[in-house]
Amino acid sequence: MAKDMNIPTMAEKTGKGEPVEVLFWVGCAGSFDDRYKSVTLDMVKILNHAKINFAVLGPEETCTGDPARRAGNEFLFQMQAMANIQVLNGYEVHKIVTTCPHCFNTLKNEYPELGGNYEVIHHSTYIQQLLDEGKISVEGGFFKGKKITYHDPCYLGRGNNIYEAPRRVLEALDAGLVEMKNCKTKGLCCGAGGAQLFKEPEKGDEDINIHRTEEAVNTGANIIATGCPFCLTMLSDGIKNKELENNVEVKDISELIIKDIK
Amino acid sequence: MQHISQIVFIITLGVFGFLAYKRVSFLRNCINLGKKELPAGSKAQRLKEMIFIAFGQKKMFKKPLAALLHFFVYFGFLIINIEVLEFIIDGITGHHRVFAPFLGKLYPVLMNIFELLALAVMVSCLIFLSRRNILKIKRFWSAEMQSWPRLDANLILVIEVLLMLAIIHMNTADQILQERNTHYTATGKLWISSLMIPAFTALDTGTLIFIERFAWWFHIIGILGFATYVTYSKHLHIFLAFPNTYYSRFRPKGHLNNMPDVTREVSSMLGLPGATATTENPVEIGRFGAKDVHDLTVKNMMEAFSCTECGRCTAECPANLTGRKLSPRAIMMATRDRAEEIIKNKIENEEKSLLDGYISREEINACTTCNACVEACPVNISPLEIIMQLRRYIAMEESGSPAAWNVMFQNIETNFAPWKFSASDRFTWAENQE
Ligand code: SF4
Ligand code: SF4
Repeated sequence: MAKDMNIPTMAEKTGKGEPVEVLFWVGCAGSFDDRYKSVTLDMVKILNHAKINFAVLGPEETCTGDPARRAGNEFLFQMQAMANIQVLNGYEVHKIVTTCPHCFNTLKNEYPELGGNYEVIHHSTYIQQLLDEGKISVEGGFFKGKKITYHDPCYLGRGNNIYEAPRRVLEALDAGLVEMKNCKTKGLCCGAGGAQLFKEPEKGDEDINIHRTEEAVNTGANIIATGCPFCLTMLSDGIKNKELENNVEVKDISELIIKDIK
Repeated sequence: MQHISQIVFIITLGVFGFLAYKRVSFLRNCINLGKKELPAGSKAQRLKEMIFIAFGQKKMFKKPLAALLHFFVYFGFLIINIEVLEFIIDGITGHHRVFAPFLGKLYPVLMNIFELLALAVMVSCLIFLSRRNILKIKRFWSAEMQSWPRLDANLILVIEVLLMLAIIHMNTADQILQERNTHYTATGKLWISSLMIPAFTALDTGTLIFIERFAWWFHIIGILGFATYVTYSKHLHIFLAFPNTYYSRFRPKGHLNNMPDVTREVSSMLGLPGATATTENPVEIGRFGAKDVHDLTVKNMMEAFSCTECGRCTAECPANLTGRKLSPRAIMMATRDRAEEIIKNKIENEEKSLLDGYISREEINACTTCNACVEACPVNISPLEIIMQLRRYIAMEESGSPAAWNVMFQNIETNFAPWKFSASDRFTWAENQE
């Protein structure tokens, strides 16, 4: 399948002297995590479908440094950030789309202080724009009768006040959108942020992702939608823990859109 | 003879004034322990935030009932303080109800409004007391809310009820005296206090004068005492909420403050332009992150003293919710306690510090940086900023992060990804899928 896709790199495009409109920042999870690689590919399909002139950094991309910064290692963060900024500025990148709210937050809010100024868009907002502009559209019907609940990633919601775009995208699908009691500004964390994904949790009564999964399952939704690789992992683990794999799916919004794209 | 009460009053005022002055300079010293850094913002932005959040209590209204009751108490006290001004002038000059002749017909109207507010304050405080002690709302009973913090919260509510009762009693006795003795300024029938007249009419004039005077002194000393007490208590937020919301953070919550010292070092390591040659004039590099309150900013310290101990942050904290030791409220309380200890005991150098002495690594490490605490705080406090500064100290000054994080750091250094995947495999997702 991947062979049919058009995935140009910045190096190729620049080599041919072709300008690039949008850089798709894939992120570490999108590059290495088996589950999230399919989200990356679905995002590429959407970009191809909408005939967007985009490119990826491919082998030149490296970690934004976010987990290092959140764990307190500012040196490592800035080393990563400055190296990335050199590459991005070298290609004269103006606009970046990313499928990870952590990359999004870092690139958008934290790179400017280090000399990297770009228009950074999370894929939920980008997909919403593509829908609004008519560059992509959905059949409607694939999700008929399904119930979807949306889990707000912290770095998208509270971190950057993006609550509506992902919901607007989900509303475009022909499904019922149900909210958890703790949603939007009161959305409960999946437990992975702040570099928690990279270590065992501290002693407690219960794992945070299990708690959040219960809240999601209690809405009666068949699909838990989100827009973050870490939330996706944590909630999928929660569903496995509850042995509900056959009843509830955990999906990124791009995966849902691609199923029903016209 | 007549002037004795005036002299006593002026001395009382002086004593309380002195106490307040001492305490305010103590608090100023505590807050000034922090580095003089304030979050960026324009005057207009700041004023607007202060008017909405502190004066208008916008964030309180996420919990409408509590917000309404709190608004009564807050607004009631604000307005009733106009009456206190009259008390003070009366006390100094030996007048009685000095404003009455100036305000004429308006005076009884004002008195009625004050009485209604006093009733609202009383009822609200009684409801608050029962929420805390009978309904035992969870956020008022967590680990950090034992002994003094819990007593403090209850004490203030009881004092407020007593102060309001004093006003009503004073007015009741006063109204009866108005009829018996023309010396008392006529206020007409006041709505609330007149209801109690039947219970008092049997008393002789001497007793009534005593009750009226007693209630007057009780109220004014009560108010002065209250104002002093506030400075020892979480109720300091009555004043500090204003400067604290004025100096709010206006960047998106996801943004973490940059460390320019690190930027300078990294730039020169990478040989980037803009890296100023620091060899001739080496800049004194402070400590990375925070180990103690000196390493935090005045803003952090102001927040520690503005904290209302309401626990809305802790109630939303995913780590706390699932039984972990971390409580963002406890972070703020610990910061305040540490500052007070340093100033009180004139401590300069010692082994003990905020980190480990007051806040454990187990707490710091459990934070997901989700910003739920920041979002929930009615006075715009960020416990997260303090947590992050402590984490930075542990990671950069001690290399003492949890082992799994050190592994993650190594992976980023060698593979440019937080996991142990080879950098050369980064683009394989595009080749062999499906
Ligand atoms: S940011 Fe940290 S302390 Fe604040 S609510 Fe989230 S986990 Fe708790
Ligand atoms: S930090 Fe804010 S939310 Fe938390 S207890 Fe203090 S005032 Fe309440």
